[in-house]
Amino acid sequence: MLGLDFSFISLDVLQKFVWGGLVFSVQLTIVATLGGIFFGTLLALMRLSGKPVLMGPASFYVNGMRSIPLVMVILWFYLLMPFVIGRPIGAELSAIITFVAFEAAYFSEIMRAGIQSIPRGQVFAGQALGMTYAQNMRLVVLPQAFRNMLPVLLTQTIILFQDTSLVYAIGAYDLLKGFTNAGKIYGRTEEAYLLAAVVYFVICFALSWGVKRLQAKISIVR
Amino acid sequence: MTLDWQVFMTDDGSGRTYGEWMLEAWRWTLAVAGTSWVVAMVLGAVIGTLRTLQSSPWLVRLGDAWVELFRNIPLLVQIFLWYFVVPKIIPAFQQVPGFTLVVFGLGFFTSARIAEQFKAGIQALPRGQRYAAMAMGFTTWQSYRYVLLPMAFRIVLPPLTSESMNLLKNSSVAFAVSISELTMFAMQAQEETSRGIEIYLAVTALYVVSAVVVNRIFALIERKLRVPGLIVAGATGGH
Repeated sequence: MLGLDFSFISLDVLQKFVWGGLVFSVQLTIVATLGGIFFGTLLALMRLSGKPVLMGPASFYVNGMRSIPLVMVILWFYLLMPFVIGRPIGAELSAIITFVAFEAAYFSEIMRAGIQSIPRGQVFAGQALGMTYAQNMRLVVLPQAFRNMLPVLLTQTIILFQDTSLVYAIGAYDLLKGFTNAGKIYGRTEEAYLLAAVVYFVICFALSWGVKRLQAKISIVR
Repeated sequence: MTLDWQVFMTDDGSGRTYGEWMLEAWRWTLAVAGTSWVVAMVLGAVIGTLRTLQSSPWLVRLGDAWVELFRNIPLLVQIFLWYFVVPKIIPAFQQVPGFTLVVFGLGFFTSARIAEQFKAGIQALPRGQRYAAMAMGFTTWQSYRYVLLPMAFRIVLPPLTSESMNLLKNSSVAFAVSISELTMFAMQAQEETSRGIEIYLAVTALYVVSAVVVNRIFALIERKLRVPGLIVAGATGGH
């Protein structure tokens, strides 16, 4: 077919080259999503705190991260991390730290919108019940904000999963690298890239279909 | 750690300074991003519009398939496909320069996002607008040309701004197929000079400056095209 030959692909090859990469890509996505949501929520709370000491640095961080290409952020962290930690770290660990730091900026914008979407009355009601700021946030505002923003958060996670392929810049071993290596060893680079595209497509398409269904479900409840 | 900016004055071994090399790389970044932007805008506007044609379900399906295809594969993989795979299975593409292939990759990838914005923009218009055009006896083409698209275009300007800035940032992925743009320069110059921090700082600054310029241009367009009395609602950016 079109001068392509996929016969080199076997369960053995997939296990040897691709599986480890897939595991890393998924790990990176999960850690960056959870870490990104955690730090992103903190950043969002800082930006909405009304205190200039907190708002300034948080805005600077979020806007800064969002105006730099992810590849440059990956390179920056890979360059600076050894200075900060004092010893060289592997590409994989550097990638994980980078993605948490980078995604925190994007998730913070989502969480900010989510928190702002909660009617003021909810906050006032919490205050009327004698809740402290922390209690009000933890028990009243944030649970609703998460729920409202769940589809957007998941969509960002799909984008994040696609972006993990950019660890190519520092040579970390991810899903794409797994396919690339297999292709190189068997002299079938083009076929390997095509297969990588199919695998990414299937995963991302399935996930976004799931998000769409979730969104439909949530909008009925509301 | 002291910064040494002299590195930009030193020769890179080919008779130009690293500073000159960087400016040349900046031009490549702008060229890749600018050309891809034209591709993405034209395709995105056409496909986004086709997806709202109620009378032709097949065009809608085709548009949907286009968007799903180019949205669900990572940009880096798409660029590899254009650069390595397309020339292999379509011999006519073997003569096409790498720059053009990257522009296809980046342009098609972004067109899916822009198509999504256009579709949302057209659908955000009150249904009465379409009916009013029909009642006036407009053909489909006329109602889009004179009624729907002029308003939809204004609605999508804010998301188009952020998509254009994303496109500029995404052009950095072209480093992977050896286009000598800013990120490629940053990686190579960092290795050659080991003055990584200065070089990354300068490159990052150029990206930020470019993004700000794009943002200002769109703000200007938005102001010039504003229709008095029309408040554009839902002006949230895409991501």
